[in-house]
Amino acid sequence: MGEKLSFEYAPAPESRALVSIKPKYGHFIGGKFVAGSKHFPTINPATEEVLSQIARGGKSDVDAAVKAARKAYTTTWSKMSGKERGKYLFRIARIMQERSREFAVLETLDNGKPIRESRDVDVPLSAAHFFYHAGWADKLEYAGLGTTPKAHGVAGQIIPWNFPLLMLAWKVAPALAAGNTVVLKPAETTSLTALLFAEVCQQAELPAGVVNIVTGDGSTGALIVNHPGIDKIAFTGSTEVGKIIARAVAPTNKSVTLELGGKAANIIFEDAAIDESVEGIVNGIFFNQGHVCCAGSRLILQESIADEVLEKLKNRMAKIRVGDPMDKNTDLGAINSKEQLLKIRELTAAGDSEGAERWSAPCDLPGKGFWFAPTIFTGVTQAHRIAREEIFGPVLSVLTFRTPQEGIDKANNTPFGLSAGIWSEKGSKVLWASQQLRAGVIWANTFNKFDPTSPFGGYKESGWGREGGRHGLSAYLKGVSHE
Amino acid sequence: MSFYGLVDGTEASLKKYLGSLSGVDQVGADARAAMLATRSIKTTSKRWAIDTAITMVDLTTLEGADTPGKVKALCTKAVRPDPTDSSVPSVGAVCVYNDMVKIARTHLDLIGGQHVGVAAVSTAFPSGRASMEVKIQDTKDAVDAGASEIDMVIDRGAFLSGRYIEVFDEIVKIREVCGTQAHLKVIFETGELVTYDNVRKASFLAMAAGADFIKTSTGKVAPAATAPVVLVMLEAVRDFYAMTQVRIGVKPAGGIRNTKDAIKQLVLVNETAGPEWLKPSLFRIGASALLNDLLMQRMKMDDGYYASPQYVTID
Repeated sequence: MGEKLSFEYAPAPESRALVSIKPKYGHFIGGKFVAGSKHFPTINPATEEVLSQIARGGKSDVDAAVKAARKAYTTTWSKMSGKERGKYLFRIARIMQERSREFAVLETLDNGKPIRESRDVDVPLSAAHFFYHAGWADKLEYAGLGTTPKAHGVAGQIIPWNFPLLMLAWKVAPALAAGNTVVLKPAETTSLTALLFAEVCQQAELPAGVVNIVTGDGSTGALIVNHPGIDKIAFTGSTEVGKIIARAVAPTNKSVTLELGGKAANIIFEDAAIDESVEGIVNGIFFNQGHVCCAGSRLILQESIADEVLEKLKNRMAKIRVGDPMDKNTDLGAINSKEQLLKIRELTAAGDSEGAERWSAPCDLPGKGFWFAPTIFTGVTQAHRIAREEIFGPVLSVLTFRTPQEGIDKANNTPFGLSAGIWSEKGSKVLWASQQLRAGVIWANTFNKFDPTSPFGGYKESGWGREGGRHGLSAYLKGVSHE
Repeated sequence: MSFYGLVDGTEASLKKYLGSLSGVDQVGADARAAMLATRSIKTTSKRWAIDTAITMVDLTTLEGADTPGKVKALCTKAVRPDPTDSSVPSVGAVCVYNDMVKIARTHLDLIGGQHVGVAAVSTAFPSGRASMEVKIQDTKDAVDAGASEIDMVIDRGAFLSGRYIEVFDEIVKIREVCGTQAHLKVIFETGELVTYDNVRKASFLAMAAGADFIKTSTGKVAPAATAPVVLVMLEAVRDFYAMTQVRIGVKPAGGIRNTKDAIKQLVLVNETAGPEWLKPSLFRIGASALLNDLLMQRMKMDDGYYASPQYVTID
């Protein structure tokens, strides 16, 4: 027998050599990189290492970007046939695939998510969104939206930090396919893959000004939202900011789609396949550190199987590998920012003080960077803050129910309604439950599955409009209703 | 017999017991197995994994053309897989047809291989299509000839037509024949049971009936030991342990041909049943070609280059 009785997984780090990060970035306006005036650092949340300096876009930057986008719309993009636009989108999609490792490494460095997820989920799905919408570009009149659907013009797009590249793809691909030009602002903490995407636009020889990227914080976002030269706003982020945007655009002609927060119910019925349900719970809340608007953050568990499921869940959680996001064996990476970590700590502390029982997986957290161990709260009731507010971290609130109707009632008793999960081996129950749930996306016996063909969006405070599929496309076309 | 207090031997109690099992979602099980296949292990652990995998091999020859000479050669290889390197451990057992048991046992004892088991495939292997009397006699033959492990096949026809009690009774009877001399491995032929629900059901049925090991396949039907099937069986032994505090072994057989596949199996064991199962008394791999690949990878780790296949013995 061997000298050492252990079976350890290797650190299998992905190489950083693939990416070259400039010490300082500007904006991408009118097809060129232009210098910014003020800068702020962007860090690797797993190590707190400063990766680069990002420009904080001001009024003149946003003005220049909107102007470039308008010019590109009037002179080039709106005159181009759908078939030609489609060619550019196909080209972008192919380049994204060719440079997929580069995108994956950069995303993981800047965001803190495990390389396994950026490599297997974020980047391939981003390319898939471009491929899918490339196909739509010359078929808009067959999309069931009237005979001559028209683009809005210039779309202002503001995206979050949880899936930086993927959210860019969700926004840019349909906008361009429908014939709009865009001014996009990536999230403050995760601008790097958007700036790499700007390079891809250059490489694809996309006409100047069709895609403009202005980096910055919330103040830059506000400039975009309030800019009179913008025809359509698309936002993904918090419900709080979504409400501000809704108020801001209400007295204008701007069209708007909002993809906001969630507090999704993952309902496990007693006739579910238990082991796969446990996997689904883990995937639902610990995928991307729980930084997922549609995360299954409320486990609604039938009481008759609660003990068994919780015991299995704890055993499974103990096997989650938390640590270096660049290690291919890592399951749970770093929390994206100190601010977010503090928010998670604040809400979990509220869980403790309100009497819920906390259990965290035993794991060693790295000394530097922002980390939070996978955690569940049991004994949670509807009245607890952790059952109502979005934590946006690797924290699961467990509630129980006695009858199917009670499970549905608890699931729907939330101001949100983005997604839900149903676990049962009984088809009739799955169909019944999916008709009762008030959520935009409902998964049965799986969770967190995404596809460009499938519309995504929320009920109630989870948002307005849909992204993806024919429904998502309609949000970028004028004179047709979405929903 | 008490059947761990789970069933009382009646059809009604067996139906209740099997009916209490949760189902398996195929898509979810496939996804979990695929995810675990991406784990990468340390070089130092790889050496340990290779040696551990060697001790878990049931070195198998199950051919119509088997001869005493072939079986003796297999036994020699089982005891000392690499004649040039005495640090290579012996395999777990040799696995042969009944009529070869005596030859194998005698030869193993002769060459200092008392620690290597002899597993006999029994109960009208591989189809299981014979009367109960014949199956019992078949097993008795093997036990009398000195088999320390009996690899029986279940009656898939009975299982698929819902006559679970027949399958249960068969296992109980064969268990009696094995007595204290032989460990009992129960082969499901998962390629014929097809669904993961069936695999889970068969696992719990066999464990309650007295199996020491549950085994995927005969090696005569494809697909055999696929990763999700092994995952479902490992989940079953883990859950059975939680119910009874008894650890049942798992033996994937068929289709595991190289070191990479073997290490993937060990990862499945580690993350599903747990590290307690990472030993030959609880995990075996039924294989023939695998051993040589393990040896070649072991040499490569020592020497830094791949040797020609001529440096490992063909049997």
